[in-house]
Amino acid sequence: MAIVNLSGVRKSYGSLSVLKDVSLAVERGTVVALVGRSGSGKSTLLRCINGLERINAGEIVVDGRRVEQNEATLRALRQEIGIVFQSYNLFPHLTVERNVTLALSLVKKMSTAEGHAIAERVLNQVGLGDKIGAYPEQLSGGQQQRVAIARSLAMSPKVMLFDEVTSALDPELKEEVLRVMEGLAREGMTMILVTHEMDFARRVANEVVFMHQGKIHEQGPPSRLFVEPATPEFRQFISSAIN
Amino acid sequence: MRSFNPNDILFLAQAALWTIALSLIAFFGGGIVGAILALWRISTLRVLRMVASGYIQIIQGMPLLIQLFIWYFGLNLLGMDLPALMAAAIALTLYSSAFFAEIWRGSIEAIPKGQWESAASLGLSRFEMLGYVIIPQALRLALPPTVGFMVQIVKNTSLTSLVGFVELARAGQLVNNVTFQPLPVFACVAVIYFSTCFPLSILSRWLERRTHGHRQPVRSA
Repeated sequence: MAIVNLSGVRKSYGSLSVLKDVSLAVERGTVVALVGRSGSGKSTLLRCINGLERINAGEIVVDGRRVEQNEATLRALRQEIGIVFQSYNLFPHLTVERNVTLALSLVKKMSTAEGHAIAERVLNQVGLGDKIGAYPEQLSGGQQQRVAIARSLAMSPKVMLFDEVTSALDPELKEEVLRVMEGLAREGMTMILVTHEMDFARRVANEVVFMHQGKIHEQGPPSRLFVEPATPEFRQFISSAIN
Repeated sequence: MRSFNPNDILFLAQAALWTIALSLIAFFGGGIVGAILALWRISTLRVLRMVASGYIQIIQGMPLLIQLFIWYFGLNLLGMDLPALMAAAIALTLYSSAFFAEIWRGSIEAIPKGQWESAASLGLSRFEMLGYVIIPQALRLALPPTVGFMVQIVKNTSLTSLVGFVELARAGQLVNNVTFQPLPVFACVAVIYFSTCFPLSILSRWLERRTHGHRQPVRSA
């Protein structure tokens, strides 16, 4: 039974159709990489999964719960789904610790001590235990992104979404973030990621989904997809992405 | 005719108390109503947004003087006898609330969308997002224009002289009428206005430093 199930999802902004009948099933404990050109709808697809974007038709079910646009449903659902953004979106007025514990105390009603223990654990997990008292702007981009991952992990999500999380980072900072993500994948976290890192997708993903013009154009395990691309569009995309 | 003497200065200082009292009424009354309006302005409910925006358009488009007249003379004509202090308090509160609301709405909307999105994605409710993530950041942006408008209010209280208040500006006029020494009299009035407004600027600078707390270096253990 898939933990994330999209069927017949459509989404448009006015007359611009961004997602055209997308269906996708993500099994528990797998890593799915969404790849494609900008404007192909991959980020929108990801953002529909935790309800940041409202879909016009179709259905999205996460862990047996339907994604619906009402506050109570979304709040409950979002505790199960972590998301990490390209621009980190840490809360600049709060320390690293408070960034991590804010939702623990507000949403999960945990005490300060419980929150602190979790903050220490997840920050150590991303290699930033020593930055617990720092403010986001005192950290490098890679460190901020790792804090953002820790903040999501603290909620013990069942699924993690990653929206081009390394696109704003220098090559060496990319590596530290990708290493953290690879660690998560090894521990069995279900992950859906939009990425331009083809090497990473090839190495870590169980399934690669190539999106083209708002549709899933090609899909399969990276070992097959990258070696024998079935469609000319995907072949062209890989050759331009690698060069 | 007599000369400008220390008693006149005392008279001006007492009149300045009215200026301060009226300003405080406008700060608190306008602040509370303005905060509610700012929240309505960004509400997810269309009707609240429209009510707030209509109210703000009307109030901002009308001179404070006319609003004072409406509450004081206008209601009197309708048979409601509103004391001058009441009329001034209502007019100043409504007038300030519209401007505070727009300043604060602008500051809230200046916070990047990503902050709302990441807070929402963590399961925070709308009020939690506002209270813990958005407003704390918006306060810092709102501070300079808010204080700037407060200084405007202090000076605008002089309009209440037209419904019978002897506040600082009116008191200066009265003293000048008997002394014919406009330069020292109005210099004195100006100094009192300045010393009322200057502490506001100091307060603003202090608050700005405090809300910049996260910009200070962290001492490592």
